[in-house]
Amino acid sequence: MENIKAENFNKNSNEYEMGIFDVIVIGAGHAGCEAALASARMGLKTCLFSMNLEAIAMMPCNPSIGGTGKGHLVREIDALGGEMGINIDKSFIQSRMLNTSKGPAVHSLRAQADKELYHREMKKTLEKEKNLFLKQAEIVKLISEDGKIRGVVTQTNAVYYSEATVLCTGTFLRGKIFIGNSSYFSGPNGLAPSMKLAENLKELGISLRRFKTGTPARCLASSLNYNDMQEQKGDEEIVPFSFMNDSLEKEQISCWLTYTNEKTHEIIRDNFHRSALFGGEIEGIGARYCPSIEDKVNRFPDRERHQTFIEPEGLDTEEMYIQGMSSSLPEDVQYDFYRTIPGLQDLIITRPAYAIEYDCIDPLELSPSLEHLKLGNLFCAGQFNGSSGYEEAAAQGLIAGINAALHVKKENPLVLKRNDAYIGVLIDDLVTKGTNEPYRIMTSRAEYRLVLRQDNADSRLTELGYRVGLVSEERYQKFKRKEINVEKEIKRLENTRVKPDIANKIMAETGNSLVSQAITLAEMMKRPLITYGILGEIDEDRPDLTGHEKKQVEVSIKYRGYIEKQLAQIERFKKMEDKKLNPDLDYSEIEGLRIEASQKLNAIKPISIGQASRISGVSPADINVLVIWLSKHRRMKNEK
Amino acid sequence: MLSRDDNDTIAAISTPIGEGGIGIVRMSGEKSLDILAKIFIPSNQALKDKIKNPEVFKEEIEKKSRMLMHGRIRDEKGKIVDEALVSYMKPPTTYTGESTVEINCHGGIVPLRKILKTILTLGARPADRGEFTKRAFLNGKLDLAQAEAVMDLISAKTDDSYDAAVSQLQGHLSEYIRDIRSNFVDLLVQITVNIDYPDEDIEELMYSEILSKLRQILASLTELSDTAERGRILREGLRIAIVGKPNVGKSSLMNALLYEDRAIVTDIPGTTRDTIEETLDIRGIPVVITDTAGIRETDDVVEKIGVEKSKTSINSSDLVFLILDGGREIDDEDMEIYEHIKEKNHLILINKADLPEKKTSPEDVSKRFGEESYFVAAKSKEGIEAIETLIQDFVNSKSSDLSFRESLTVTNVRHKVLIEDAISSVRDAVIATEMSQPLELIEIDVNHAYELLGEVIGETSTGDIIDKVFERFCLGK
Repeated sequence: MENIKAENFNKNSNEYEMGIFDVIVIGAGHAGCEAALASARMGLKTCLFSMNLEAIAMMPCNPSIGGTGKGHLVREIDALGGEMGINIDKSFIQSRMLNTSKGPAVHSLRAQADKELYHREMKKTLEKEKNLFLKQAEIVKLISEDGKIRGVVTQTNAVYYSEATVLCTGTFLRGKIFIGNSSYFSGPNGLAPSMKLAENLKELGISLRRFKTGTPARCLASSLNYNDMQEQKGDEEIVPFSFMNDSLEKEQISCWLTYTNEKTHEIIRDNFHRSALFGGEIEGIGARYCPSIEDKVNRFPDRERHQTFIEPEGLDTEEMYIQGMSSSLPEDVQYDFYRTIPGLQDLIITRPAYAIEYDCIDPLELSPSLEHLKLGNLFCAGQFNGSSGYEEAAAQGLIAGINAALHVKKENPLVLKRNDAYIGVLIDDLVTKGTNEPYRIMTSRAEYRLVLRQDNADSRLTELGYRVGLVSEERYQKFKRKEINVEKEIKRLENTRVKPDIANKIMAETGNSLVSQAITLAEMMKRPLITYGILGEIDEDRPDLTGHEKKQVEVSIKYRGYIEKQLAQIERFKKMEDKKLNPDLDYSEIEGLRIEASQKLNAIKPISIGQASRISGVSPADINVLVIWLSKHRRMKNEK
Repeated sequence: MLSRDDNDTIAAISTPIGEGGIGIVRMSGEKSLDILAKIFIPSNQALKDKIKNPEVFKEEIEKKSRMLMHGRIRDEKGKIVDEALVSYMKPPTTYTGESTVEINCHGGIVPLRKILKTILTLGARPADRGEFTKRAFLNGKLDLAQAEAVMDLISAKTDDSYDAAVSQLQGHLSEYIRDIRSNFVDLLVQITVNIDYPDEDIEELMYSEILSKLRQILASLTELSDTAERGRILREGLRIAIVGKPNVGKSSLMNALLYEDRAIVTDIPGTTRDTIEETLDIRGIPVVITDTAGIRETDDVVEKIGVEKSKTSINSSDLVFLILDGGREIDDEDMEIYEHIKEKNHLILINKADLPEKKTSPEDVSKRFGEESYFVAAKSKEGIEAIETLIQDFVNSKSSDLSFRESLTVTNVRHKVLIEDAISSVRDAVIATEMSQPLELIEIDVNHAYELLGEVIGETSTGDIIDKVFERFCLGK
């Protein structure tokens, strides 16, 4: 490790040296936890700073993990050796597979979490991790030297050095809360904001902007009238998030569905003028997919009702989360409108709804490895990069942590492509296209949705995670066994023929046309409604497979035609991604590029022709010029 | 995303359109030889015998690299398009450095486009501007100095062609495509919101609704593709073939239509050696008339009227005039010719209406063929105006609510291919929907068609569906 002396920086201050680490992670939210664990598990001495250790892996908004797209991210994090999947499996209180009426590519797992348990389990995991040091301290300054970050300084003047630093400040950075006409600097959930670091980042030349998000009120479970709401139970069969868990059994807690009505909307409309959102005080940009209830009423005046799920915050608490009802109206109005909702007539609020504004960067300033383009040794993840959501944060945290570690080891960064993972789509979107609102993943953002399924996340990623040294030997061996079992089972199904009279029993049951000749089990499974499970009736010699394995066997066979079509598209896509561009290239020197294109290319510094072609303002003609320039350049080198 | 791959096989008509009677279709890339072997019927009998075994046939063609081979070109269905001189050039000693094929045919623009279309159907894609040169450079066929020029050329030309595409597509056509695209957006937005927001208070998208929307889109697209056909007529001319027994007055009818020498655009040798083509302007519609008159006179073999030889011109025509002799009764010869043309759009004309004694009347025609017919007198020009009206009506009947003139620009082969591909994707989506395939599989074909249409009008689609989702639906956590 590089030896940095204390005299290299400001001697006039009261600062004192407290430690030297390979990697420092600032912030212990969902991004920070993954980043720190990844780096430590890859063998690097890692320090994780949090302003408050009670806020580790805190879920300051909805008490759930997963959902469409997000569930895919969690599976991918797990497949790479991350922690989120394992942690939610330990702490969930309800589990549902969404979208089961649709195809396997968009089946999405979502679990309600016991927030307290989620926090405690994650904290325990961090504490137990070898190489990982957990410290409660506020970082107020990054130490910069020749454009490279060398360490951090705490509020109490303690200095810690590092070779790589990961910034995951979430909504804490100059966080400001708005309720009605009152506003004050604060982190989420009443925690202290991080004010000084924002000033320091500006001094270092990082341009910050303001994003906004919000959360609904929490109320007491005992104040609800359950007869006026519909119960929503968990699935009978629980599918675990983590590939490490073959099956899980747990007693589940219900959520409750209810709706707003015209009276609710009237109260909200009458009080628009008292909402911080319409008072012009909030400068931050909110996400369109996460509107407050006053936004919804304002933008969709014709809607007669808006739905809300009342979700438990945990087992050991009476507090409930009022989903879909975030607001920045004053507390008296909140009481009035919440109480018009059936089931909530006698509501007692424990924590009011609020909007929160925070500093974040323009992710176009990051490379696909999540390293900052201008400040070396600095990696960024989570809401700081302009994303939204626990899962999006964790996904970036994991990649930033892996790449910080690889950076210290002087190895090539891990960059997932759009055809590798939703994580690849998420990061490529952020660093190539940028975002004007807190970014949320959606399955429709992925071009290769059929291949990026949650059931095959391990086939796509575990090998990669193993290669960078994050995936444990135990997980890797389990994965290998699964791959072999799945492959064997597919072969067996393809080679097992059944006589028409036996096959037709199932064909008839499922409304498929009957066959007159023997048919393989694999062929049968390609027919509508015939699942691997149903085939069990006539397939007695089948091996004992885990749920994950069964799922993958079924999907691989059932949708093979479509999947192969998409794989062919991916081959074409990859050719463009494999044409690498040097990040030090000065595009203004390339003749034939339009000025707008060379400016954009210089700002974003794409790593491949493929990435360059996705930048807005770079035309197909510019790409042609680049391709030719590259080829010319290569030849000139060869001729020398 | 529709990616342009430098490994695709590309094809283009590489002679300027409208200059000279000879044209070249050029093809470059891995699949060139495969495609050539599928469409080329050599005149050389020894070579022709190899067709049955495609691998051997390809080897034989390869042996004849750089040699001109005479023969005929057939389309993907096996129909003869034109005769041609073909050369295959083995890599790497070709202009692009890749496997290259050149097809010289001496037909007009119609066979050229047909050949190109066949090649595209068989797996090549239309070349972008400057793409042959770009490949030449990428494969090390041009030196560094030349490369600079190529870069200028490509950056300039692509912008040009973009402008050209935009200006070409002004008016009703681009509006029409935008309309169809907005139907796509409606559907895609609903599919997206159904997939990505399963827990929201949103009406479930029924398959019956998807089907009806897809069918509506399909109808609009088919109409668009028909328009492309009408547009072709306007740009390249309505092709009329005049057929009939010898001496029924085919040439005089042609001359009558050409009277006053009005607006004769060009006079070029026709598709086959023995026919004569004239281009004229009838009430603003360009018309290319092919007279098969020469056939019998120059070729007095036993065959009755040389139907074989005029088949090509009949097949490639939009409209056939069957001329009967008013001074003679309808005979077997007339009947035989009729058999050949009855599947085509046609008009039956009884010439020599000025004869005092007519032996064939519309009543007779009606009896024998069950069809209407019209009197003309080529010599006295009687009834010529009526024919002109018939031609005009025929063209107008092919144009419905779309303005005929505006639709003219879909003659661009690249656009036509894109539209046809879009139609086939929508058809796939219809099938998938009928089979109750999962929503995200249906979405693949719908989205592909949407992107193809976007390429026609030069609009890319990144993010617009997601934007619309949030505009139209109230969603939130």
